[in-house]
Amino acid sequence: MIDTVVIPLLKIAVLLNAVLVSVTFMTLLERKVIAWAQSRLGPMRVGPYGVLQAVADPIKLILKEDITPAKADKWMFTLAPILSLVPALIVFSVVPFGPDPLYYITDINVGLLFIISVTSIGVYGIILAGWASNSKYPLLASLRASAQLISYEIAVTMTLVSVILTSGTLSMVGIVEAQQETGLWFGFVQPVAFVLVLIGGLAETNRAPFDMPEAEQELTGGFHTEYSGMRFALFFLAEYANMIVISAVVTVLFWGGWLRPFPSVDALAFLDLIPSWIWFFGKMFVFLYLFIWIRATLPRYRYDQLMRIGWKVLIPIAIANVVVTAILKVWL
Amino acid sequence: MAETLAFYTLSVLILGLAVLVVTAKNTVHSVLFLVINFLCVAMLYVVLEAEFLAVIQVLVYAGGIVVLYLFVVMLVNLKREPEAHQDPRRLSAIGLGLAGAVLLELAGIVVYTYGQDPSTPLAAAAPSPVMGNVEELGWLLYTQYLIPFELASVLLLVAMVGAIVLARREL
Repeated sequence: MIDTVVIPLLKIAVLLNAVLVSVTFMTLLERKVIAWAQSRLGPMRVGPYGVLQAVADPIKLILKEDITPAKADKWMFTLAPILSLVPALIVFSVVPFGPDPLYYITDINVGLLFIISVTSIGVYGIILAGWASNSKYPLLASLRASAQLISYEIAVTMTLVSVILTSGTLSMVGIVEAQQETGLWFGFVQPVAFVLVLIGGLAETNRAPFDMPEAEQELTGGFHTEYSGMRFALFFLAEYANMIVISAVVTVLFWGGWLRPFPSVDALAFLDLIPSWIWFFGKMFVFLYLFIWIRATLPRYRYDQLMRIGWKVLIPIAIANVVVTAILKVWL
Repeated sequence: MAETLAFYTLSVLILGLAVLVVTAKNTVHSVLFLVINFLCVAMLYVVLEAEFLAVIQVLVYAGGIVVLYLFVVMLVNLKREPEAHQDPRRLSAIGLGLAGAVLLELAGIVVYTYGQDPSTPLAAAAPSPVMGNVEELGWLLYTQYLIPFELASVLLLVAMVGAIVLARREL
C-alpha cells in the first residue's frame, strides 16, 4: 500500500510543485537574461535584484479579472488552457532524474513514445483556444500554430527513431543505461539528431525564433489574445513547462541523463561525488539557458520560411539520419 | 475483477462518446468527443497490456489525425447548407444497405467466435527470440506478417500520391 500508493503520490506532489515553482523562476530568469543581453538591468524593484518578481507576477495574475468574451464557447474557452498545461506536466512521470527508482515516478517500457504521444495532445490546447475565443486573430494564430506543431512533430519523431535505433530501447531509464554501457553520451554518437531535436524542440514549444503563434506584430498577441487573468497564466505556465520538458528529454537522450561527463573515463571518477540529480538539473539548466539565449539572439522566421525549414530541410535530414544509423547499426 | 470493471466502464464510455460524436450539434465538439473516444480506446489497450498499441493510438489518432480533422472543420465553412450533390440524405437507401451489411458482418464475427471450441488453441505464432511488448511486435511484423505490412505501406504511398495528384491537376 505504502509502496504502490503513498510514495508515488508524494513523488508526484513534490515533482508538480517543483515544476511549477521552477516555471515561475524561469520567467524571472528569462527577463533577467534578456535584459543583460540588451545591456539593461531587468526587474530590480521587487526584492533584492528583483528576485521576488517571480512571486509578484503570479499573485498579480491570480488577482486580475478573468474575462470570457461574450460570444466565446465557454466550456472550450476554459478547457483550452487546461489542455495545454496538463500534457506538459504528465510527461514528467517518465523522466528519470537519477538511477535509483526514488528519482523517477515510473519507468515504462515505451517511455519515449509515451512522451511523444502525450506532448502531441498539447496542440489541442492551442487550437481550441483560438477557436473558442471566436475572434479573428486568435483563430489565425491557432491554425498557424497547429500546422507548425504537426510539421515539426514529424521531424522530431523521425529523428528520435535514430536515437531508439542507437539505444535499442524505448525506456527512458534504459536509454541512459545504454549511454553508460557505450561510455559516450548519445550527443556524440548522434550529433545530427541532437541538433535536429533541439531545433524541433524550439519549434514545438513555440519559442523564438519559431514563436509564430504569438507573433504579436502580425496577430495582435496570438492565440491567447482574448485570455486574461489565471487562464492566460495557464498558457504561460504551459509554455515554460514545455521548455523544461524539452530540456529534460534532450538531457536524457543526448547528454547522458544523470551520468557524469565521459562516463567511461576512470580518471574522472571523482566527479561521481556529485549526486546524480545535480548532474541532471545542471544539464537541464544549460538547455533552459540556451532557450533564453536563442530568444535574445535570433529574429523570428517568416511563416513560409518556417514551413520550408520544417518540411524541406529537417524532415529529409531526419530520414537520412535514420537510414545512415540503421546501416551503421547492421554493419558495426 | 478490477480488469472486468475497467473493461465495462471503458466500454460504456467509448460507446457513449461514439453516440455523442454523431449527435453533437457543433462539429468542433463532435471532433473533441472523438478525441476522448480515442483516448478511452487507448486505455482499453493498456488494460489489455498492449502498451505499445495504446501509445501509438494516442500518437497517431488522437494527436495526429484528429488534429487534421479539427483543421478541416475550422477551415471549411459549415454554416452553409450542403450542396445538392453532397447532401448526406441523398442516397439514404444505399447508406441503410451498407449499414445493414456492416451490422451483419459484425454479428457474423460474434457468432463465429462464440461458436468456436474454446479448447482449440489459437494459431501458434513462431516462437520469437526477443522479449518485451515492442520487440515482440516488431519481430512479428517483420517475419510472420511481412507481406501484409509491406502492402499496407504501399497502400499508404498510393493514397499519398493520389492526394497530391488530386491537389495539383496541372502536374
